[in-house]
Amino acid sequence: MENERSGASETREMIICRDVHKWFGDFHVLRGVNLTLRRGEVVVICGPSGSGKSTLIRTINRLEEHQKGDIFVDGIELTHDIRNVHAIRQEIGMVFQHFNLFPHLTAIQNVTLAPIYVRRWSKDKAEEVARQLLERVGIPEQAEKYPGQLSGGQQQRVAIARALAMQPKIMFFDEPTSALDPEMIKEVLDVMVELATGGMTMIVVTHEMGFAREVSDRIIFFDEGNIVEENPPDKFFSAAKEERTKLFLSQILHQ
Amino acid sequence: MTTATEVMKPPRTEVGVLGWLKKNLFGTWYDALLTVGSVAFISVVLYGVTNWALTGAKWGVVTTNIKVFMVGRYPYSEIWRIWASIGLFAVMAAITGVVWRLNIARARRAVTISWIVVSLLTVVLLAGFGENTPIPRVPLAIWSGLMLTLTLGIVGIVASFPIGVLLALGRRSNLPVIKVFSTMFIEIVRGVPLITVLFIAMLMLPLFLPASISGRLSNVLRVMVGMTLFSAAYVAENVRGGLQAIPKGQYEAGRAVGLNEAYVMALIVLPQALRAMIPAIVGQFISLYKDTSLVVIVGLLDLLGIAKAVTGQTEWIGTQKEVFAFAGVIYFITCSALSYASRRLEKQLGVGER
Repeated sequence: MENERSGASETREMIICRDVHKWFGDFHVLRGVNLTLRRGEVVVICGPSGSGKSTLIRTINRLEEHQKGDIFVDGIELTHDIRNVHAIRQEIGMVFQHFNLFPHLTAIQNVTLAPIYVRRWSKDKAEEVARQLLERVGIPEQAEKYPGQLSGGQQQRVAIARALAMQPKIMFFDEPTSALDPEMIKEVLDVMVELATGGMTMIVVTHEMGFAREVSDRIIFFDEGNIVEENPPDKFFSAAKEERTKLFLSQILHQ
Repeated sequence: MTTATEVMKPPRTEVGVLGWLKKNLFGTWYDALLTVGSVAFISVVLYGVTNWALTGAKWGVVTTNIKVFMVGRYPYSEIWRIWASIGLFAVMAAITGVVWRLNIARARRAVTISWIVVSLLTVVLLAGFGENTPIPRVPLAIWSGLMLTLTLGIVGIVASFPIGVLLALGRRSNLPVIKVFSTMFIEIVRGVPLITVLFIAMLMLPLFLPASISGRLSNVLRVMVGMTLFSAAYVAENVRGGLQAIPKGQYEAGRAVGLNEAYVMALIVLPQALRAMIPAIVGQFISLYKDTSLVVIVGLLDLLGIAKAVTGQTEWIGTQKEVFAFAGVIYFITCSALSYASRRLEKQLGVGER
């Protein structure tokens, strides 16, 4: 696995953000972010709430609009052209903090919806793939249940399967475990670890430092709308240069 | 041997008929008082009504005029067409029931399409073509009685629902022209009583439209359009309420998996919004159905119009009570059927909700 990933890192970049700015009204959320993500790379973004880390990944798949700077995803520029936006969204699978499953559809219908209507797969093919994915995230027996009948951990795993069903090249996780009861966090992290070691390109916004240490290639500390510092995990925890990073680490590691 | 888990029975006074009576009717002295008082009141009213209905009432007015109540001025020689339509609907209802109960997914689309075809067929059958055909034309203008009430109600409900949904979406549109038009339409219609809308449809429309067009629109058609647009504005507000209740995350999740805006609306947002608003929308439909009785004011003879006409006949003078009791019962039955259908729909669509 390791070889495969380092081999892939020579190929072109999957995500390039150049001097990205965003304002909510007068509030300057993203202040000139520069970020490059290579194929197969797993990056964890952490930082205080309100620092703009979620906004950054939401900007990359156009759930929010940036006002200045350039964003490229797998060579496609993110512009106002709706075709580019759709193309980029199909490259990226997104997992939300609050799952955002469709409550009126069963687990398997949640997973098959986009393949059927966007990829134009037949219902049979979509269901076959969906069952494999539910198997992969460990809940094949919950396929016919509605989200309201599932636990938080199960819902989040359905959400991961739903994102994977579009066969994205990149996965975004926006605080995927923050809304979960403690005993359910591991089942979701296990799926994410499996994805990461399988070579998926990932950006994970999280405070799960165990996960970051185990599988990430880089950890980014984000504060006040920009990257404060980034390092491989071993250096990030032991040799933080910036005061703000040290303060943040002391707060989340010794709570 | 008694174990801790052995089921202990509740005291005898707490269960069964006695327990129920004690809990619900005679819990305290004022409960008892209310119970006795209500029973006395209901008995007096019930006795009076039954006594009148069984001995005093002249039901002859209803039985003699039953055809008039049902179809009004529809030619009696053509009544078979109404029976045929009712038969068609009954068959369709039976088929639908079977398909839905047995959950035959593949037949559903066929059934939906058949409903549309059968409905159009019924309209043709009832309205007819021209002279010298097996089904001569029966102009809308002479439709009356319960038939007119039902026609106005059904057309109003079926037509105002899609228009209402479109208006609700239009009001939330990003395109200023559509947004302003929808908002103005909804607010103006909601700011005006239905009677005014009916008068506009009857009296003002000929002033706006050239005589060659307005002359061809029968009174019934104009009233239909007026009622439909009126109801659509209220449906739109109900739907908008439902749309507002859908969290932003649902839109985002839809977009994030690559669905375009139309799919997000049609597959994710609207199904949830409409489901949540079924009680409110059906409430609007029931009130639309009852409001059809206002068409009397612009000279149409719906069920109530016919009822008034019947009581005006010299041989049936003094039978208002019988006639209006009969009309009331019919309204009650049809409205209950609507709310029953709504409850069924809610239950069926609510499976697994949250």
